[in-house]
Amino acid sequence: MAEAITFHYDVDGENFTSAGNASVQVKRKLRQLGFPPEIIKRVSIAMYEGEINMVIHANGGMADVTVSPEEVKIVLTDHGPGIADVSLAMREGYSTAPDNIRSLGFGAGMGLPNMKRYTDTMEIDTEVGRGTTITMTVKVA
Amino acid sequence: MKISRVKELLEAEVLCCEEDLETELCSACGCDMMSDVLAYVKNQAVLLTGLVNPQVIKTAEMMDMRCIVFVRSKHPTEDMLRLAEETGLVLLATKFTLFEACGRLYVNGLRGEVG
Ligand SMILES: Nc1ncnc2c1ncn2[C@@H]1O[C@H](COP(=O)(O)OP(=O)(O)OP(=O)(O)O)[C@@H](O)[C@H]1O
Ligand SMILES: [Mg+2]
Repeated sequence: MAEAITFHYDVDGENFTSAGNASVQVKRKLRQLGFPPEIIKRVSIAMYEGEINMVIHANGGMADVTVSPEEVKIVLTDHGPGIADVSLAMREGYSTAPDNIRSLGFGAGMGLPNMKRYTDTMEIDTEVGRGTTITMTVKVA
Repeated sequence: MKISRVKELLEAEVLCCEEDLETELCSACGCDMMSDVLAYVKNQAVLLTGLVNPQVIKTAEMMDMRCIVFVRSKHPTEDMLRLAEETGLVLLATKFTLFEACGRLYVNGLRGEVG
């Protein structure tokens, strides 16, 4: 793999059952490409959290993953409600998820801080009423 | 502890990936919140849970787990079985509650965290 490879996924916001499928696909691709397990796990967890967020908070979106020998870059774009206060949203335990989401096993307010923890860089570009783009990178070498 | 021993202690039914019962598990966690599994679990190889939806399988796959035990005789759907089969996750079902199932494994030497 000399050059960068990109993968694009549409993340369906209507159907919770399929939430996480893009991350599952990316994990399997990275395995096939022979990335180290520790790198794959970090990418998987960060992307999965972000993908689930797009489904439960933003009615779906897109995931673009660029893979090179140096780094894995994940860009998650949605046209949901946006995040009014990013530093509040980044706090552990802060969640606006309704009870029906909690009964599905999510909504502890741990996703965004977890994404930051498992990546080398994370940027949140968001505007209320317009949507959110989260860009994360995991360095390979 | 091997998955085959977990099966024995929990009198569990094997739902998928029976060929991997000899896999060694270093530690376990019992949880219904996938958010917490993603945030707090480190290298635990088996998840005991009362939650049944496809995100349980996907969460375990993201965390590199080897086995899921569904408690209180809950059974996964066909879709979930297919997902687990694709990634090679052993699925077990036990009649015990989450508390009882975790307790049985704990007293027999399986722990929550290693090192
Ligand atoms: N893509 C998004 N669009 C709009 N709001 C979001 C988005 N992602 C996160 N948020 C907001 O930030 C809050 C915190 O997100 P975070 O992922 O940390 O927790 P959660 O999704 O509520 O619960 P958990 O991730 O533990 O299941 C969310 O409750 C939501 O209000
Ligand atoms: Mg979240």
